[in-house]
Amino acid sequence: MASASRSLQRKISNAVFVGFCTVAAFVALSALAAILYSLLKNGLGGIDLAIFTQSTPAPGSPGGLANAIVGSLIMCAVAMVIAVVVGVLAGTWLSEYGGDSWYARLVRFMNDILLSAPSILVGLFIYYIAVKPVHGFSGYAGSLALALIAVPVVTRTTEDMLKLQPTALRESGVALGTPVWITIRRIIWRASAGGMITGGLLAFARISGETAPLLFTSLNNQFFSLNMTKPIANLPVVIFNYALSAYDDWRRLAWVGAVLIAAAVLTAQILARILIREPRRS
Amino acid sequence: MTTVETATIARRQPRGAAFDPWFKWLCASAATALLVALGGLIVSLLIGGWPAFAKFGFGFFTATTWNPVTDVYGAAGPIVGTLVTSVLALVMALPIAFGVSVFLVEFAPKIIRQPIATAVQLLAGIPSIVYGMWGLFVFAPFFAQHIQLPLILAAPPGSLLEKLTAGVPNGANILTASIILAIMILPFMAAVLRDLFLSVPQQLRESAYGVGATPQEVVWKVLLPFIRRSAIGAVMLGLGRALGETMAVTFIIGNSHGLPKSLFDSGSTIASTIANEFAESSTPMHEASLIALGLVLFLITFTVLAIARAMLGALRTY
Repeated sequence: MASASRSLQRKISNAVFVGFCTVAAFVALSALAAILYSLLKNGLGGIDLAIFTQSTPAPGSPGGLANAIVGSLIMCAVAMVIAVVVGVLAGTWLSEYGGDSWYARLVRFMNDILLSAPSILVGLFIYYIAVKPVHGFSGYAGSLALALIAVPVVTRTTEDMLKLQPTALRESGVALGTPVWITIRRIIWRASAGGMITGGLLAFARISGETAPLLFTSLNNQFFSLNMTKPIANLPVVIFNYALSAYDDWRRLAWVGAVLIAAAVLTAQILARILIREPRRS
Repeated sequence: MTTVETATIARRQPRGAAFDPWFKWLCASAATALLVALGGLIVSLLIGGWPAFAKFGFGFFTATTWNPVTDVYGAAGPIVGTLVTSVLALVMALPIAFGVSVFLVEFAPKIIRQPIATAVQLLAGIPSIVYGMWGLFVFAPFFAQHIQLPLILAAPPGSLLEKLTAGVPNGANILTASIILAIMILPFMAAVLRDLFLSVPQQLRESAYGVGATPQEVVWKVLLPFIRRSAIGAVMLGLGRALGETMAVTFIIGNSHGLPKSLFDSGSTIASTIANEFAESSTPMHEASLIALGLVLFLITFTVLAIARAMLGALRTY
């Protein structure tokens, strides 16, 4: 009878395990659903035309987030230009030239560290090189901080995507007498375009909600401004300041801003996923 | 018979070939720029924080007074706060993330597997400020009213429970910050663990089931040993995220300096202290002390991330 009770014991313990995993999944999903629910409930209703046409108000007066939206877009755009140029070239070096050399391994390792380094430290670093020397916060400093967070993502995806291309593709290019750099540009990059765009979208998703590094690089601006050499308004810092304020209308704007950012991030991620699923054209 | 003089054949390079070495050089300098950036980050933290280390010495790490008015800074409070909240968050998130990933790979009905997995991956990318806001406006009031207050009222004077629950019942404390952190790192860890479980060869599963193992035994004795190393890496990566997280914590930890006296006491982390004070630092020594805090955070996360990456090996996470 010992074997029967052992079998029963195993069945019970298995049932407990399956139960635990199911409950864990349920708990996790309901916590995350609760967050999405509050976000939509508090933010969605506040979206109207004024959000996109008026600048951040003084407490008690009507206003929107136009200056913050535009500021965020400009800063992210500048950051992405820097990140794509540096990241694609660095990723290309790692995949096409670096190989398995000690230097490539070092760059790869450090890139991985930068990929998950606390973003607030990136802000401190940029403060040191781009804010303190010129005695002033600026949109450019904010862009630089965001770029430094985006570069590792682009580098990593570029390297991975280029490595997926078969060596025969490179050899056939070179066999026709094409210089290596034109082979890379016209054949390898083109073949990996979908994956590389995915990397860009992931990087954009990563930086569009980044708050910590902007707190002391771009700072914030109450007014509409396109001047990147001065402090510029941006959604994350506006959300941060308004959420911690004591005014109800400011808090409402903070929720709206959070919805806008979440929507931007989710759109970028979903696009990235669709692109990476797309079957490779032959 | 004609002989061709090799010297008369003009060597012609394809058009654009002259740029080849330049292109390689360009790519190599972009890669080097990454190293320079990380190096610059370390050096700037070292230089910026040096005055604080020089003035307070080792006491910087052990003193609990953080006072911008008297310009005296001891970092024990934020350092302990960082470690406690991160470890607590990890302890809470790990079993749940493990459960979610096992559920998604082994037990969930086929139809819902992919949708839930995609949802979890998408949630891993939601900016942390959203988690922070939810913590501030929804979770903290709920926690204060329905958990903290009843516990404080129920605690007999002088008991251990009273010590643990001491604090202002406003929901902004070490424990709620840890819970928000746990919710924030959960989707990320669940997604990575799921990828790891999926990487186990199907034959291993089948042969284990074939000899009569229960699903629980398959997970514990076959799958987990197979992915153990990378799984530890994934956990460390989650810990790294929690350690450096700023916005999710700053909203809800209460931002008081000094050592937290209980789980229900307000506190601070390194990242939240920098986020709150840096832009308005009052004196050069205040600024130096904040940067010194940043260096401490960098050293902690660098160690954790280096171990994580070494453990993860070839697994790619973004």
